Amino acid sequence: MLRTPLHDAHRAAGAKLVEFAGWDMPLHYGSQVEEHHAVRRDAGVFDTSHMLAVDVEGAQATAFLRGALANDVERLRSPGKALYSCLLDESGGVLDDLIVYFTAPHRYRVVLNAATAEADIAWLEKLRPAGAGLRPRRELAMLAVQGPRAREKFWAALPELRVASEELANFGSIESNDCFVARTGYTGEDGFELLLPAGRAADAWQRLLAAGARPCGLGARDTLRLEAGMNLSGQDMDAAVTPYECGLGWTVALNGARDFVGRRALEARSPRCKMLGLVLEERGGVLRAHQPVQAPGGEGTITSGSFSPTMNVSIALARLPASCAPGERVQVAVRDKRLAARTVRPPFVRHGKILV
Amino acid sequence: MNTPESLRYTATHEWLRRDADGTVAIGITDHAQEALGELVFVEMPEVGRRLAAGESCAVVESVKAASDVYAPVDGEVVARNDALADAPSELNKDPYAAWLFRLKPAPGADLAGFMDAAAYRKQFSEA
Repeated sequence: MLRTPLHDAHRAAGAKLVEFAGWDMPLHYGSQVEEHHAVRRDAGVFDTSHMLAVDVEGAQATAFLRGALANDVERLRSPGKALYSCLLDESGGVLDDLIVYFTAPHRYRVVLNAATAEADIAWLEKLRPAGAGLRPRRELAMLAVQGPRAREKFWAALPELRVASEELANFGSIESNDCFVARTGYTGEDGFELLLPAGRAADAWQRLLAAGARPCGLGARDTLRLEAGMNLSGQDMDAAVTPYECGLGWTVALNGARDFVGRRALEARSPRCKMLGLVLEERGGVLRAHQPVQAPGGEGTITSGSFSPTMNVSIALARLPASCAPGERVQVAVRDKRLAARTVRPPFVRHGKILV
Repeated sequence: MNTPESLRYTATHEWLRRDADGTVAIGITDHAQEALGELVFVEMPEVGRRLAAGESCAVVESVKAASDVYAPVDGEVVARNDALADAPSELNKDPYAAWLFRLKPAPGADLAGFMDAAAYRKQFSEA
């Protein structure tokens, strides 16, 4: 199994380690629920070194990404800006989601999911024109510091990055001192993601813990992103659905005549299903992926479900008939029972506040 | 891992305790709660329900998974620990105090076949 540069630090912090996408990763450090609360109320730090940064460089880099991504990197007007996009196949199906950072003229940095990184690179290599290069940055470690007090703890731990990162707006990024700092994340809270040379990761991690950021594992990462209404690639979406069918229509840039992979398929067909949130309205179990949903317009399926520590109730993301709308009552088959849930428009929680 | 000597254990990670009145208290072991993670939902059988040994009769669910609890012997449910429904995390804090339900064993039900603490622990040392 692959190990991140923080593997020893995780063991020292008492992590329960599990296999995830070929990596030996912390699931939690004792209490997944407490880690979740730490991020909603204070600050937590995640090792996300299993994700892969790939630099896209060259005179044709912009044209390459404009053709490869469903969102339009031309929207990134100044270096440092980032956007979220899907990577589609020719049928409009979602191969992966990613964040692309515009780092400098003719230069971008794309951060890929661990489970799909190699397939994404192979796919992008096939689309790549001669004037653009792909450079996987496997030597970089990645940390996410998230929570309402994440930035102040980040600066306390890493004061050398303070001046560079102080003015970053949401979805802004900057390179400084061989580090890359971005005001992005996967939790629905404020914070930074930090890419840095692997050899410096353990020191940064220790300084963040010393500054009061709580180490958080993949368990809390999953309940935080679920509450924030963020899709998990391969679970809430895959090549069988288009962005319009998994709640990501807002990330598709159809303005202008830009020809990107999947565009013709998206324009040719109307959505067959839609993604909505579910809130369980009675006791009787926990909503889980693959549970069938009976909605007014037909059958659906839960794609992600868990217990929400912030709401103290079970919530889910579900693939439902296209006719479904927020505010409807549905029945979910939970083990041997049918339980009532209501449909909501995600997110469930953002910046510590319950929104549904 | 905590495995009190006074209890008996099943292969499916329940503990049993026969009390002076002849009824049997049933819960999940420390190993079970540790493996499941933080528990958020518990469902217990109705008082009066007759259970057959091996029957799935309760459910414990954590943030990450659901797990069945099986009746260790034939018998009738005589009590259930309703306080757990509002505080499933008690199963994590003290799994041997947080009993799920009590059975009155059917006549002839045999408790001798269950593992003692040493036998229960042994399977983990071999793993």
